[in-house]
Amino acid sequence: MSLTHQDVARIAKLARINVSDEEIAAVGNQLNNIFGLIEKMQAVNTDGIEPMAHPQDVSLRLREDIVTQTNQREAFQAVAPQVEKGLFLVPKVIE
Amino acid sequence: MKWEVVIGLEVHVQLNTATKIFSGTSTAFGAEPNTQASAVELAFPGVLPVLNKAVVEKAIRLGLALGSKINQKNVFARKNYFYPDLPKGYQISQMELPIVEGGVLPILVGEEEKLVKLTRAHMEEDAGKSLHEDFSGMTGIDLNRAGTPLLEVVSEPDMRSPEEAVAYARALHSLVMWLGICDGNMQEGSFRVDANVSVRPFGQQEFGTRREIKNLNSFRFLEQAIKYEIQWQIDTLEDGGRVEQATVLFDPDSGETRMMRSKEDAHDYRYFPDPDLLPVRIADEQIERIRSEMPELPAAMKARFVEAFGVSSYDAALLTGSRATAEYFEAVAQASGQGKLAANWVNGEIAARLNRDGKDISACPITAERLTGLIQRIADNTLSSKLAKQVFDALWDSDLSADAIIERDGLKQVSDVGAIEKMVEEAIAANPKAVEEYRAGKEKALNALAGQVMKASKGKANPAQVQDILKQKLA
Repeated sequence: MSLTHQDVARIAKLARINVSDEEIAAVGNQLNNIFGLIEKMQAVNTDGIEPMAHPQDVSLRLREDIVTQTNQREAFQAVAPQVEKGLFLVPKVIE
Repeated sequence: MKWEVVIGLEVHVQLNTATKIFSGTSTAFGAEPNTQASAVELAFPGVLPVLNKAVVEKAIRLGLALGSKINQKNVFARKNYFYPDLPKGYQISQMELPIVEGGVLPILVGEEEKLVKLTRAHMEEDAGKSLHEDFSGMTGIDLNRAGTPLLEVVSEPDMRSPEEAVAYARALHSLVMWLGICDGNMQEGSFRVDANVSVRPFGQQEFGTRREIKNLNSFRFLEQAIKYEIQWQIDTLEDGGRVEQATVLFDPDSGETRMMRSKEDAHDYRYFPDPDLLPVRIADEQIERIRSEMPELPAAMKARFVEAFGVSSYDAALLTGSRATAEYFEAVAQASGQGKLAANWVNGEIAARLNRDGKDISACPITAERLTGLIQRIADNTLSSKLAKQVFDALWDSDLSADAIIERDGLKQVSDVGAIEKMVEEAIAANPKAVEEYRAGKEKALNALAGQVMKASKGKANPAQVQDILKQKLA
């Protein structure tokens, strides 16, 4: 499988990464190298092997449903670029 | 052409935990903006999610109630998209291996029962809230809701009318409240519905192209939106147009649905297993413990009410519409020994009054004990149905017992034969014309005479006895 320039542009858009037209060819080559590696892995016969969601064969530990966090808004908002009335402000977005 | 409607629903059920799904931050509603948003919800570097045990247990509860398969190994996945109310850039959800698969929910459409199949239910986190009012031309973000635990419950496309879709949503709504896993508050967004709607020519096997109506937060809007959408799709097809797959929003003001995004703009979420979270494993003992802690389910309770109290299946279905109503009815039926009377009053006057006042049964001004007092006086013939209604009104507006009201207002039904005979004789003597008409074969004239007797007794005479005695005297 080989990625076209359009594929690369679409992936970049989904990841919100600005890739210029000049960079697309180079990025495409790098991605295609990675895909080459993936293709090698996919060629391995995995019949009868259960897919693994995590490399370690351990289970998730669960937390009791008890409030442990306190309000630290002031500390968090001290490092925010812009706040108003307790809200974080971001460039206007309307979908 | 005759069209068939196909509907499937996706419901976001907000679980009523004390803390968020992946952090020990409070989920209490209505706090000041961002005062319930920890480093986990804000996606600070280096933080890790730790799953809330209560979320898993509540999901299992729902799965057991629906007769679903509980996946004893289930996996969290990342659903990637960019939006400012989701600081991580992905929502933690479940994809390949959800916690709950399959299952069936019985619904009541009119008086008919239908079974709706479930596809799955999975655990996920909610996003924060974007406020688009003007903050110097910017958008305000409140992350209090971010990380609130949700169960997304997905049905099969089994519904064939807006009424069935609403019946399903209502049944699921009452079930999650019954199980105590969701507060059911739709205004606060605790139960949000997405509807997938398509139409196809009647008899066709393949489904038509569907459009998804997002985020309906009342049963009324759900019904209106689906009805509008069906008509829109049929009109489009009958005009020779095509329905394109799309996501639409319902505008309650105009009553119309409008396009939010087309298939081309559909998100590509690039799901993959979340490396921050290990697979969730659920032991047999854990499932059995949760099963043993489950309340009696509506279907079982319904069957028991029919069996133990002799109420109709229809009445029993209404009585088990909510756990509070069922418990109220059972207390009255048990204490009075009058199941049918209790069902009539709970489904009748009580339901009507609560509806009129916009109240829930938990806020009913008449306690089960006081309603029992009323029903006992009906059962032992102290009260006629007319007097019972009068006592009921007084019960609703006071804290007195039925007996105290009967005593205070002198509402005892008169069943003393001598007293009734006397009033009957007086009525006959005073209404020769009605007597003549009755004797000439006009049955209705008897009612006029009975009315006179009831009036003379101030409504307290036993109506059945009045009729009997009148007939005797005029025979």
